[in-house]
Amino acid sequence: MKIIYILWLRQLKRYLRSKSRVFGSLAQPIFFLLALGAGFGPVFSRAGAGDYIEFLVPGIISMTIIFTSMFSGMEIIWDKQFGFLKETLVAPVSRFNIMIGRTLGGATIATFQGTVVLFLSLIAGFHPMAWGLVPIAILVMFLSSLLFTALGTAIASRLDDMQGFQMIMNFLVMPIYFLSGAIFPLDRASVLGKIASLDPLSYTVDALRHLLTSVHFFSLSRDISILAVLTILFLALGSYFFSKVQI
Amino acid sequence: MPNTQNSGIGPWVNNMPIIEVKNLTKKFGDLTAVGNISFSVPEGKIFGFLGPNGAGKSTTIKMLTTLLTPTEGTLVLNGHNVADDPREARRSFGIVFQDPSLDEELTAYENMEIHGVLYHMKKNIRRERIAQLLDFVELWDRKDSKVKEFSGGMKRRLEIARGLLHHPKVLFLDEPTLGLDPQTRNHMWEYLRKLNETENITIFFTTHYMEEAERIADGIAVIDHGQIIASGAVEELKQQTSTNSLEEAFLKLTGRNIRDEDVSKADAMRMHHRAWRRNK
Repeated sequence: MKIIYILWLRQLKRYLRSKSRVFGSLAQPIFFLLALGAGFGPVFSRAGAGDYIEFLVPGIISMTIIFTSMFSGMEIIWDKQFGFLKETLVAPVSRFNIMIGRTLGGATIATFQGTVVLFLSLIAGFHPMAWGLVPIAILVMFLSSLLFTALGTAIASRLDDMQGFQMIMNFLVMPIYFLSGAIFPLDRASVLGKIASLDPLSYTVDALRHLLTSVHFFSLSRDISILAVLTILFLALGSYFFSKVQI
Repeated sequence: MPNTQNSGIGPWVNNMPIIEVKNLTKKFGDLTAVGNISFSVPEGKIFGFLGPNGAGKSTTIKMLTTLLTPTEGTLVLNGHNVADDPREARRSFGIVFQDPSLDEELTAYENMEIHGVLYHMKKNIRRERIAQLLDFVELWDRKDSKVKEFSGGMKRRLEIARGLLHHPKVLFLDEPTLGLDPQTRNHMWEYLRKLNETENITIFFTTHYMEEAERIADGIAVIDHGQIIASGAVEELKQQTSTNSLEEAFLKLTGRNIRDEDVSKADAMRMHHRAWRRNK
């Protein structure tokens, strides 16, 4: 337990001390919110689809979650480069505990960021449907953060340079994000809609939209169970690949 | 090339071995990085492990410190078989890597603290030992500074202090003085010698500075092309090769050709990063 705690704490300290990371990672969702909100908002409501900000905010929160989580998971590449990973790998502790500590740290940071974005969006005119459901929305954020941090860890355990990191960001994270229905409504009957139902982030977006604005496609229990199963799967995969890391 | 693969047995060996390596082999695909080497290091001694670039030094250290699994052979550290009981073996050693392995965003104290927790040290013992060691390496007054503000020598001292925190029996040092100025290097060896004397820690180091090895080491093994080509006390090596210094003996044993090391992707990235920092 202490091992998990100290490595969790390390991730948090690193995050809070890097002011550029804190502000930089919040700037992106805010720009998206303002640019897309102002740009597409009028078109969206003219098309009779309702208030675009209400639609967009759960998507922007999901974007914050996936980017921050994947980035945190992939911090392992940094630790390989700067050597700190070796320090943990030669210590008399199990690799599983190391991986769990890191993953919980990354997930905590991503959840924190998602929550901050939720509160910032209030300024842009967003109103959650019921404040009582906000804590549940935060739990969904945490579950999704765990899922994507574990995925990032699994991938980063197999990579050893930054170029690989960029590839993953462009060819995995971007498609996951755009396919999730975070920024535009998906026609679920279309081919694109069918592919989107294979996208884990779709369920994050759907659950958050459900809890914050009551609009949804799947049931909440289905969203959460799919996210939970995938989280367990990716945690298992992540700890397996991490246990195989050789330096 | 004289083949004196005598398992490190020479007149300098009086104590019980704390490191025992038997028929150790590591292959990467077709490449044999380390081919069937055997040696032992007696407790409480300072042991230099020398060899040109790409000779198999780092691979051997990685196997000794559980970062790589050997293809064949056995490794026993402090009575624990590394393959069967990695956790106890890990408790027995401290290591200072060739490249810094500190978290630069954290303070010196926090780096020590994490290490103490990773090695299951109780809080009060941990705190006391951290204070003692930071004082020993003369970093106590900088304990709350972030490591990224430290010079190369300070980082190396902090790593030595960290490697010693959990009272290891053996301290591995992979080129501990690389890139340090002569003053700092001298100072570093003074610390290490003091430690060796006061805490009876066995020191296993690699270096490219032959005069350092000659001055400090009780025993030496020379590895080349994955084979131990000579071992024994410094004087023995000089006699075997009829030379006057360890440097000459080393060159006689390993030849004068320049070696180029194959670098892994991670190493290449690290070097690139280092070059960047230097330019800033």
